[in-house]
Order: sequence, then structure tokens, then C-alpha cells
Amino acid sequence: MILKQHYLLLGFLIALTSIAVLFSLLSGSAELSLNQIFLHFLSPQNGLTNQILNEIRIPRTLAGFTVGSLLAMSGVAMQVLLRNPLADPYILGVSGGAAVGALSAILLGASSFLLVNAAFAGAIVSTLIVFGISNQFGNWSVIRLLLTGVVVSAGWGALLNLLLTTSPSSTVRSMLFWLMGDLSQSRVYLGHFLLITLGLVGGLKISRSLNVLSRGELISLSLGINLNLLRLILYFSASLFTAVAVTIAGSVGFVGLVTPHMLRMLGARDHRVLIPASALLGGSFVIIADSLARTVIAPQQLPVGVLTAIIGVPSFLIILHGSSTKR
Amino acid sequence: MTKLCLKSLILSVGNKTLLHDLSMTINKGERWGLLGKNGAGKTSLLKCLAGILSPKGGSILLDSIPMKDYSRNQLAQHIGMLFQEGLSSLPATVLETVLLGRHPHHRSLIEDSLTDLQMVDSILGELGLETLKERKLHTLSGGALQRVSIALLLAQDPKIFLLDEPTNHLDIAFQVRLSHILTKRVTQTSASFLLATHDINYANQFCDKLILMLENGKPIVGDKQQILTEENLSQAYNCKIEKFSKEDSFIFYPA
Repeated sequence: MILKQHYLLLGFLIALTSIAVLFSLLSGSAELSLNQIFLHFLSPQNGLTNQILNEIRIPRTLAGFTVGSLLAMSGVAMQVLLRNPLADPYILGVSGGAAVGALSAILLGASSFLLVNAAFAGAIVSTLIVFGISNQFGNWSVIRLLLTGVVVSAGWGALLNLLLTTSPSSTVRSMLFWLMGDLSQSRVYLGHFLLITLGLVGGLKISRSLNVLSRGELISLSLGINLNLLRLILYFSASLFTAVAVTIAGSVGFVGLVTPHMLRMLGARDHRVLIPASALLGGSFVIIADSLARTVIAPQQLPVGVLTAIIGVPSFLIILHGSSTKR
Repeated sequence: MTKLCLKSLILSVGNKTLLHDLSMTINKGERWGLLGKNGAGKTSLLKCLAGILSPKGGSILLDSIPMKDYSRNQLAQHIGMLFQEGLSSLPATVLETVLLGRHPHHRSLIEDSLTDLQMVDSILGELGLETLKERKLHTLSGGALQRVSIALLLAQDPKIFLLDEPTNHLDIAFQVRLSHILTKRVTQTSASFLLATHDINYANQFCDKLILMLENGKPIVGDKQQILTEENLSQAYNCKIEKFSKEDSFIFYPA
């Protein structure tokens, strides 16, 4: 059910996202002031400031938001689909497939355009393999899906280790950055925002059904849910969102797992609230993590995936502790 | 209004035929019990009537229309089922969960309707859950969880209630309260119910008609007086069962 506190939560998250965006625009090796940023948006002028914002910081901020919100929404979908609180966007092997594609491309010295496509192709191949095997006899139970996904994931993991250990050491560093998630090469386009919009609107449309499915499959059937269709929608949309996110930034960890949990602990259990809230929190989470990634040991940059874990672990534990003492 | 008609129903799981050619009708306002030993197919029959499991043969008519012609949502407005399975592990409060019972009737995507909330409130009261309504499911006792599942079914407000072991985890007072709540629905709204139970005496006390599943897949169906005999029960459960009478009531015991 939707309560007044949920609107407050969404309002707070919108504010958080705005602050995260500003923080990100201010962070970097070149010092920019708040004034310069506002001036830039009011009356864009040519010059260095303009160039830094338009070509580096704004695209990177947008990419961070896109990755975070797609992963968080995908995490919500996976957790409902598998009804498993440990589920995350990567659990069924999408990121493993993408990683094998991406690392092979890096090994072959492919351009970044090819790398993106190789990663996306890997993700899609993995999605279809898992779906094909687990759905072979028309009845894909959750356990079957989960086991297939985890095993396929493990297979990709082995291939990744093979690639890492046999590649020349000069390429291993960029491979590791890709594996940990890195936004320094990332660009997003209009299509990405359409995908987020699709997630929000489509998510709202099926949100009541997701509330029911969270309680189990039998009860969903008995309450009139078209279970097969809903599962297909969840599986393929979650896989697509994850595939797109990892092709933008590599496997940024932790966002898809903890964002939905944090919000549920803060009371957003209804999917009508949880989905948009996840998009906002996941997005701002990655933006903040990435801003820190390029400033904490500047001029060196860290992979954003390291920072999402460093920030995510303590904040998750604090909220977990808070919610269990309140009960 | 709603009646459920089974025509030559054949039901099997794996290689085992659970039901062989069952024809019967559940009319509005009837109270049915479903008895049979472990693995006799009680749950499968209920799931079949709920449209969750397809029969091997025969047909089920809901108000003279084949059940497979209904959409899932339409079906959910007529038939609801209480399952033995729990309500999964993602967090939710009692109130949120019971409110899900209104899902088949929803029109608005955003708003929770006030009438739904009032209805759910009164159901929570009926089942003694009003003080627990903000509690998370995973903090509840087995009996309270069972009452949440029952409350959800009552909120769904179907015309035909299918209940699989509804007295599981319930203490004796709530067992009686449950039968009163169900009987009230039957008399006031012409609903009907079919409850599967292991408790022969509970079925005897609160049902008028019975289905007794047998090993040969040919259940005995009819008024409880005809069915509840020592021979029938002993045969069905493969265990000697005796009837003890006291004045005009009686109970069954294993001998």
C-alpha cells in the first residue's frame, strides 16, 4: 500500500539525486565552482569550463545514473522473479556472458565500439542459454532457473579466469577495470533514457502484480496473475537492463543487490514505490561512487565498482541494524 | 449464483491416476469436505478446481461455461484457494499481505480504495489479527501466519472457497472461529466451500457434504451421513476406524 511517507521518500530521493549530480559535476581534477556550473547551464559559453562539463563530466554523470538505475531496477525484478533476497542482476549469468565478450574483445585489441557490442552480445547469448536450458520442458521452476543461471555463471567465471591468466599483462589491467566496473570510457544516448523510462512506466504497470508475486507463485495464480507472461517479462527485462548497464560500464557490483533491500528496509515494499525509488537511489549511488572514484586518489582513478562496495557495505549494514532494532 | 460442475474428471500425477471419472456439482451455499489419506490427491483436486492444475480428462464448468474459457483474473473473482505453502520470504506486513487479496478486483493502479481498506480491517478483526497488522510476516507464529493466509482469501471474496488443510497450526478456538466465518459467508453471500482436511470430526461437524478419496481413484461423494461410516473410513484410510456415539452426536477414532 502507498502511504504519505512513500511520497516523502520519493521526494527525498529526488533531492538526493540532484545533490549527487551537482557533486559529480564539481568533482574532478579541474576545480570548478558552483557558480561556474550554474552559469554554464544558464548561458553556455565557449571555453575550458564548457568543454570539461559537456565532454567529460555531464556524459559521465548521465552514464553513472543510467547504469545505477538500470541495475537497481533489474535487481528488483530478479529478486521478485526468484523470490530470493540474495538475487542480484548478475546471478543468472548475464554479466558473466558480457564479461567474456568484453574481455575477448580487449584481448583482440578491438575498438571500444566493438567492445561494447561484444559485451552486449555475450550478455544476450548468456540470457538465451539460461532461458533455453531452464525452460526446455515448458515448466521453469524457480529452482531450475536459479540453478541453471548459477551454473552458467560459474562457466563464464572459468572462461574469465582463463582469459585473465593467458592474456599479456599489458591488457590485464584494462580487463580488471572492466570487471570491476568503470565509467571513464562511458557514453550514454537517448535510447538509454528511453529504456529507463520504459522500466519506470512498465514497472508501474505491473507493480501490483509484482506485489502479489512477491508472496509466491501459487497464491499469484489463485489471485488471477498471468504467471507465465509475468515471469517472461521479468526475466527478459531484467536481463536486458543488466546487459545494457554492463555494456556501458562493466560489472559494477553491489548496486543491484543492495539498493532494493535498503529501500525495502526503509518501508518501500510496494513496487509502485520501490521501482521508481530504486531507479533514483541506484542512479545517485553510482554517481556519488564515481565522483569519489575519480577524486579520492586523484589524479589516479579507481574503478567505480570498488567505491560502490566501499560505500554500499557500511550503509547497508547501518540500515539493516536500524531496521532490526526498530522491530 | 456460482456453481461448479465436474464432468467425468480424470486427474493424474505422474503415472498415478488419482481420480477416475468423477462427476459432481458444487452448488451455491453448500459446505463440502474433502477427506482421504496422505497422497490420495486432495491438494491436486483442489488445485485442479482452482484452475492451477489441468485435468487429464473431462471438464470443469463454472456457471455452465468451461473453466478454460475464463481469464485468470475472471477466475480469481469466482474461485479462491488457501494453500499449505507459506507466503514466501520477501518482507511484507500483515496488512499489506491481506490487502493483496483485493488484487482481482482492482481498477485503479495507484490508489488503494477506501472500501478495500475497510473490508480488510474488518477481516483482520474477525481473525484476531488487528493488533498484528503492522507486523512483518517473518516475525509471526505459525498460527498467526495461517490466519494471515485465511484473511487474504477472505479479502479475495470469492464465490467458491477451496481450502487445503485450513486448520493447520490453528488452535481449537480458531478452528471453530474459522468454521463460523466460513459458514457465515455461505449463508449470507451464498458462497460455497470445499475444505480438505485430515480431521474427520472437523469435517463431520462443519460440512454437509463430503468427497472421500479412495485408493482406486473412485471417490465416494454425497451427504456426510452416507459417507461417514466405519467401513468407508477404514477402507479409505487403510486403518481401522470406529465410531463413538454420545446422545445424537458422534466422533470417529482409530481403533
